[in-house]
Amino acid sequence: MIASIDIGGRLSMQALQHNWVTNLGILSMVAGGITLLLVLTYFKRWKWLWREWLTSTDPKRIGVMYITVALVMLLRGGIDAVMMRAQQATSVGAHHGFLSSDQFQQVFSAHGTIMIFFVAMGLMFGLINLVVPLQIGARDVAFPFLNATSFWLYFAGGMLVNLSLAVGDFSAAGWLAYPPLSELAYSPGVGVDYWIWGLQIAGVGSLLSGINFVVTILRMRVKGMDLMKMPMFCWSVLGSMSLVIFAFPILTATLTMLALDRTLGMHFFTAGGGGNMMMYVNLIWAWGHPEVYILILPAFGVFSEVVATFSGKPLFGYKSMVWAIWAIVLLSFSVWLHHFFTMGAGADVNAFFGIMTMIIAIPTGVKIFNWLFTMYRGRIRFATPMLWFLGFVFLFTVGGVAGVLLAVPPADFQLHNSLFLVAHFHTMIVSGVLFGYLAGLTYWFPKIFGFKLNERLGKYAFWCWAVGFSLAFIPLYILGLMGATRRLDHYDASMGWQQLFIVAGIGVAIIALGVCFMILQLIVSIKQRAANIDKTGDPWNGRTLEWSTSSPPPHYNFAIAPEVASRDAFWATKQTGAAVNKHPAYESIRLPKNTPLPLAIAGFSFICGFGLIWHMYWLAVLALLATITCVIVRASAQDNDYRLSAKQVEKLETAERGL
Amino acid sequence: MMNKRSKLATLLLLLIAFAGICVYYFSHHPVAVLDPKGPIALHERNLIYFTLALCMVVVIPVFVLTIVFAWRYRESNHKARYSPNLDHNSAAEAAWWLIPTIIIAILSVVTWRSSHSLDPFRPIDTTKRPLSIQVVAMDWKWLFIYPRQNIASVNYFQIPVNTPVDFEITSDAPMNSFWIPQLGGQIYAMAGMATHLHLEATNTGTYNGSSANISGQGFAGMSFTATASSRTDFQKWIQLVKTTGTPLNLASYNRLAQPSSNDPVAYYSSEQPDLFGNVLARFTVPGMEGYVQ
Repeated sequence: MIASIDIGGRLSMQALQHNWVTNLGILSMVAGGITLLLVLTYFKRWKWLWREWLTSTDPKRIGVMYITVALVMLLRGGIDAVMMRAQQATSVGAHHGFLSSDQFQQVFSAHGTIMIFFVAMGLMFGLINLVVPLQIGARDVAFPFLNATSFWLYFAGGMLVNLSLAVGDFSAAGWLAYPPLSELAYSPGVGVDYWIWGLQIAGVGSLLSGINFVVTILRMRVKGMDLMKMPMFCWSVLGSMSLVIFAFPILTATLTMLALDRTLGMHFFTAGGGGNMMMYVNLIWAWGHPEVYILILPAFGVFSEVVATFSGKPLFGYKSMVWAIWAIVLLSFSVWLHHFFTMGAGADVNAFFGIMTMIIAIPTGVKIFNWLFTMYRGRIRFATPMLWFLGFVFLFTVGGVAGVLLAVPPADFQLHNSLFLVAHFHTMIVSGVLFGYLAGLTYWFPKIFGFKLNERLGKYAFWCWAVGFSLAFIPLYILGLMGATRRLDHYDASMGWQQLFIVAGIGVAIIALGVCFMILQLIVSIKQRAANIDKTGDPWNGRTLEWSTSSPPPHYNFAIAPEVASRDAFWATKQTGAAVNKHPAYESIRLPKNTPLPLAIAGFSFICGFGLIWHMYWLAVLALLATITCVIVRASAQDNDYRLSAKQVEKLETAERGL
Repeated sequence: MMNKRSKLATLLLLLIAFAGICVYYFSHHPVAVLDPKGPIALHERNLIYFTLALCMVVVIPVFVLTIVFAWRYRESNHKARYSPNLDHNSAAEAAWWLIPTIIIAILSVVTWRSSHSLDPFRPIDTTKRPLSIQVVAMDWKWLFIYPRQNIASVNYFQIPVNTPVDFEITSDAPMNSFWIPQLGGQIYAMAGMATHLHLEATNTGTYNGSSANISGQGFAGMSFTATASSRTDFQKWIQLVKTTGTPLNLASYNRLAQPSSNDPVAYYSSEQPDLFGNVLARFTVPGMEGYVQ
């Protein structure tokens, strides 16, 4: 009898009851899921899916899975954005929008959480997986099993966040869940717990990835590639992943303390009981500010590759760029307090953090000038990735100026938590991070799939994004100066804000059109892939090693380890016209076997998280034990690799290259 | 197809129409932060303008260079020089490390000075004794206590012009942020902590204020108005509150503390002695949790 009461924790049928907006969301997710299952069954693709993807340890496959998940999550987060814009354009004076305030707050909390953790991070790790091993001439990452585990933990975290839509509800405390609002006293439901455990699981995945790629870049570069000969993307990834290693443990610890407050009644951050909410705010930003640079550094790396390639010149000021990256890495840990100058820490503290923040503008400015002078005396081809870059330069500079304004504490007192701030960080993250990764996706797509994306539709998508973004966020800068704070589900008509909110809504509609063009681009490109096929492996006249192998590359990336004597190694090879050896001496290659264990580890973590959220502790303990068991099984396994003999490699290569 | 001239004319007309709409809009909707009504807000606005102007030293070259380089070095322009191996220039790189450094150095000095002169805790330098108002952020309304006048009000308060006001701010609920854009920048209202904000109005008028930090369901309704009036009108208002208000004691405070949204303006004719201190103590002194609420 007792067991039957406790078994469900606080889960009951009530958790499944929602209003029509949420039901519509659930319905579309379920419909999408069922369609996917039917398609897989109809085309008899289940085995293929299992063997080639779900159990794969190939970073290229993992990269594609990261990006697929991230793009689906982009749609989810984008729908949240459309809902917010619709609400704020209509919920004025006597009219109340179609969302209740609680729903609206869940929507913006989900939007921020999803866009940062599951879109930006997903695109970033996806591109890193696809590109880094190829750029450093490696056959794999340092820890392929860990890599797969990272991906599946990221996936599990994302699914937990999405599950909150159907079972229970999501956090309404904003994307960083400041206490004491996020404490039990003010948020007694499961929402904040979904947020905590979704991020906790995904966060562990990110930390493992950070370690993996730092080791990969430091240890697995091909012979001849000194650090100072690495492609700039690898440098930026090394900087970003170093930040991950130092920043993510802070996130894990902070979330753990919040979870202890909520589940065991502790008082780390509570109002009263000896807790201090500002401790949380300090800690979350000690992770959160480096996180911004974690996301943007690899995007800077993408732009460095794109500008050099499409200008037909080496990157200008390579050494400056490297120094700029490491200046940003170091400084990013000394600016966190600028997120809460309004705490009232005192003039000395505020001034210190304000000045540190401004100093970051210096290396960032240096990077922009170096990119511009990479274009100088170049032969610029305006392919889609280059358009994303140019859009980035304009928007990012505007956002950067807004950032400098926000860095001056007394100015920040007037701008903080207003829509000006919202416009600022969206400018940085959309035009910086997202444009960067979209440029990267277009740029490396032919490498991974063997055919180019449709250029015309890609350009349409870019223009929709650039114009739509400006229309959506310039009004927000102005609204912030008019005194409109963020996260308002309703405002008084006398404020006179509605017209600008409507303009912003139109902007978002244009961005949505851009997303439609992106989807269309993908469909059209796949249909016309025969026409856009890339047989050379080097569709853009590239400079770095990834373009020296076939598109798509074989599982082992390079049959023969490439030779590197300078920066832009592949460009140098093309310049000297070094003949391709038609009968090279192949060697045997060791590769990691497929394994379902990462999937199992993530699956059990997911169940553990679910148990903790709903206070089904028996389930959480069982799932945790199962997770640990999986790790032990893996740790004691002996035979994790297989060997391709030189003969097999030769056979594969001959078939591939048609030699 | 339109010819070049009529295209240009259309573009020009569109631009004029756009500018017209903007002028019309902004003449009817003042931009609060850029329309200060007190010395703090004025200094903060000027600081925004100054910083913006300084940033233009870098921004304008970036925009011009981007357009010029992208146009001049386009692939189809064979007249432009192509230097496929040009990859660094020490003097140029030194310049763009140095120039932003100088700008940031200037800005750092300004930041250091303004952070101190505009520190919200710092009393405004005048010979006048400041008016003291204690502010409590509640679920989801603002309580303003005038300890010297022994009155209190909800979601509305009045101040005399040209008199510095010392706001002492805390929260009896989640964190909020106290912001009146036309008078000056915001500061957080945190449970168990008291922050100060010194503001002053130099013009009579009614100014909008709100909470700038999410605090739960009724957060959007946490707006209030502040009226700056002449000294006599201020005294009249005090009398009005004293005559029309009800007493604020522990019982009525605890009723007020119950979560509610979009509360109407309310007046309290007297204040429970050191209510503000009690609200603070609730979160800081063990055993005081039950004193209020």
